[in-house]
Amino acid sequence: MDRALTVDGSVGSARFLSARRLVNERGVLIGLVVVALAFGALIGPQFFAAANLELMARQTVIVCVAALGMTMIIVSGGIDLSVGSIVALSTVVTAVLLQQGAGPLAAALGAVAAGALCGAINGLLITQLGVVPFIVTLGTMLLVRGAAKGLADERRVDAPITWLNDLLRTAQDGRGWLLPAGIWMTLLLAVAVAFTLQYTRFGRHLFAIGSSERTARLCGVRINRTKLAVYTVGAALAALSGVLQFSKLSVGDPTVAQGLELDVIAAVIIGGGSLLGGRGSVVGTIAGAAIMAVIQIGCSQQGLPNWVQQIVTGAIIVFAVGLDRWRQKAA
Amino acid sequence: MTTPRFEMRGVRKAFGATTALDGVDLAVRGGEVCALVGQNGAGKSTLMAMLAGALRPDAGVMRLDGAEYAPRDPLAARRAGVAMIYQELSLAPHLSVMENIVLGVEPVRGGAAAPFALVQRERMHATAAAALAELGHRDIAPERPVGELTPAAQQLVEIARALAIGCRVLVLDEPTSSLGHADVHALFALIARLKAQGIAIVYISHFIEEVKAVSDRVVVLRDGKNAGGGMTADMPAEAIVGLMVGRTLGELYPHGVRAAGEPVLELDGLVPGAATLTLRRGEILGIAGLLGAGRTRLLRAIFGLEPVRNGRVSVGAYSGPSGPHDRWRQGMGMLSEDRAGEGLAMGLSVADNMTLTRLEPFGPAFTVWPARQDRAAARWIDRLGIRCSHPRQPIGQLSGGNQQKVAVGRLLHHDVDVLVLDEPTRGIDVASKAQIYQLIDELVSGGEKAVLLVSSYLPELLGVCDRIAVMSRGRLGPARPVEAWTEHSLLMEASGARAS
Repeated sequence: MDRALTVDGSVGSARFLSARRLVNERGVLIGLVVVALAFGALIGPQFFAAANLELMARQTVIVCVAALGMTMIIVSGGIDLSVGSIVALSTVVTAVLLQQGAGPLAAALGAVAAGALCGAINGLLITQLGVVPFIVTLGTMLLVRGAAKGLADERRVDAPITWLNDLLRTAQDGRGWLLPAGIWMTLLLAVAVAFTLQYTRFGRHLFAIGSSERTARLCGVRINRTKLAVYTVGAALAALSGVLQFSKLSVGDPTVAQGLELDVIAAVIIGGGSLLGGRGSVVGTIAGAAIMAVIQIGCSQQGLPNWVQQIVTGAIIVFAVGLDRWRQKAA
Repeated sequence: MTTPRFEMRGVRKAFGATTALDGVDLAVRGGEVCALVGQNGAGKSTLMAMLAGALRPDAGVMRLDGAEYAPRDPLAARRAGVAMIYQELSLAPHLSVMENIVLGVEPVRGGAAAPFALVQRERMHATAAAALAELGHRDIAPERPVGELTPAAQQLVEIARALAIGCRVLVLDEPTSSLGHADVHALFALIARLKAQGIAIVYISHFIEEVKAVSDRVVVLRDGKNAGGGMTADMPAEAIVGLMVGRTLGELYPHGVRAAGEPVLELDGLVPGAATLTLRRGEILGIAGLLGAGRTRLLRAIFGLEPVRNGRVSVGAYSGPSGPHDRWRQGMGMLSEDRAGEGLAMGLSVADNMTLTRLEPFGPAFTVWPARQDRAAARWIDRLGIRCSHPRQPIGQLSGGNQQKVAVGRLLHHDVDVLVLDEPTRGIDVASKAQIYQLIDELVSGGEKAVLLVSSYLPELLGVCDRIAVMSRGRLGPARPVEAWTEHSLLMEASGARAS
């Protein structure tokens, strides 16, 4: 490898490249370790107790599941601002269906289907009108939020207690296998999405579209079909995170998850995704979401006020985006 | 004997190892129209970029009205009175005509140096109106947004902008490419008017008949050197073309034994391009033409990247227009002329770029195993002699020639029968060029494959093709055997100066 690089006369840039790769793939993991160790030093070893780690995991799954979908969308060079509204709609649909006497599984599937429908609408608007995803999903963000409020009659929707409410209940009291079912589900989904991105035609096409849409088109990738699929899948995952949100709230709340889309996007960006498309990974995204959860829990356990936590999170996001720009320039 | 308005003497410029200009002289007097002609890559644009302050010569002197002239940047050149009108207009479409005319030199209260200076709209209006009146075009209202004007009127605004700053030298680079017939005549009348005002005009064009109509003198560049020139009246079109060509074919182009087989691509009155042709297995059909003649649009319409307006197209057994996805499945692949913007995805690896069109062999069902992908890519990397460290290396790190070989490798990986190649050797080194010619020849000599080749480099077309058709002003002429063509006749045909 060294020899070939020398032939190209680009040894300098090769060394630079390896620095970039470090930032790209392992940087976010290093960042996670640094942030966790910092809080561990402040708070003490109890910060790393199993119960506390589980708490952090439970705190972050809602962002994580939605961020899995967002990772695919951002890899394809798009964005979806409507995920927060889709989460809210999903909690309402779940509650309404349960209220109507549907089984828990049917209620959850109904919510996911409603989310997928929203995503399909996003995808159709983006591909058929040729409007940039930012604008389309800014519109549907309000539209879906309004629909959720209308469906809930602008109130919280009470629902009967079912096993859906146990999805994120702690496993510390001996129930479940080590971790709450919702976390296991998230991990399985993460593996599935990572596999899709790296080892399927759909995934390779997403990277191609995000890297250069014109090249993808020249190479016969069906752009519209692929985009429609990614927005649909992304919104279905957002709706699934809405089911987890419902599990936490045990009511359908059309005003929940305001601004969640920004946390979700932040997780992807901190994790090495590029808003210009063509880059992003599941491991990075989950680490990005974990960094935000560690800061949140760490600050509150250290007794730091909420505003400190917001400043730290904000600084991390700006730092991560700055890194993204730096990577773009280097590339 | 008067001092020329501007003079360039012994100008040299090299980009890395390539010498773009090797001691070029050019002098134009005030009130003279000098046509600057030459083939693509002859050095015209580089020379004019120096005059306009966009590039600096490595050696040589430039004088403007006898005084040393070395502009630091394009704005300095504009202030000194040297204005360029490019092929693609450089106006701000949302601003009004007058705002465009005074852009960068807005009249302000308290002088240009005053901070927060207020723009004087009345003076802006007056300046713009005066410049337009000078052109004899009071009909263009200074308040109108430029985006609403026709291309011809927009060009007038650009010329007015040049006049408003008091230009002494005006360079027009392919000014007629976006104009209709009547507008071309109006432009020529305007050039005569500017000439009468004592402005020195450089007119760059590929169209010999325009050069004959508008210029007083012709200067021909070839391979970065002065190839000759003279008074336009003394130079027939053949003499100008002869100076532009002046070269013989090398041994660069292998030509195996080829036998044309069954048709694989048939066009019948296809619009855009007004194209009728039949491409057969075992042959290379070339399309010659000038930049902007519509060759790329024709190829893109065939491949489904642009809409087919009219006419019939069939690829093998498939009739009618299809998108790129279906064209690949029908056994047709295309190489884009825009390597960095379209041909290759610069963020992806060599292996991904090479195999993107056909990922099916790399795993069961919908899966793709990167290791298998790399093995397939490594085979072509080896076969084509692509210099890269690993199939996973980002393609942006490769040299232009190696990148282009990856783009060609994509067609080989897909194993297409019809290769549509748009400028396959543009901007790559001679060694890579030779390899690509060799490869194309081997493919076609096998008798199964067919190549449709667009190139602006005439020796290449004459060297590798079996038949050549010429595209001129958006229309494709009949394909004739390569023996029936010379560089000279191709250029004559492409320039629309049919001397028969």
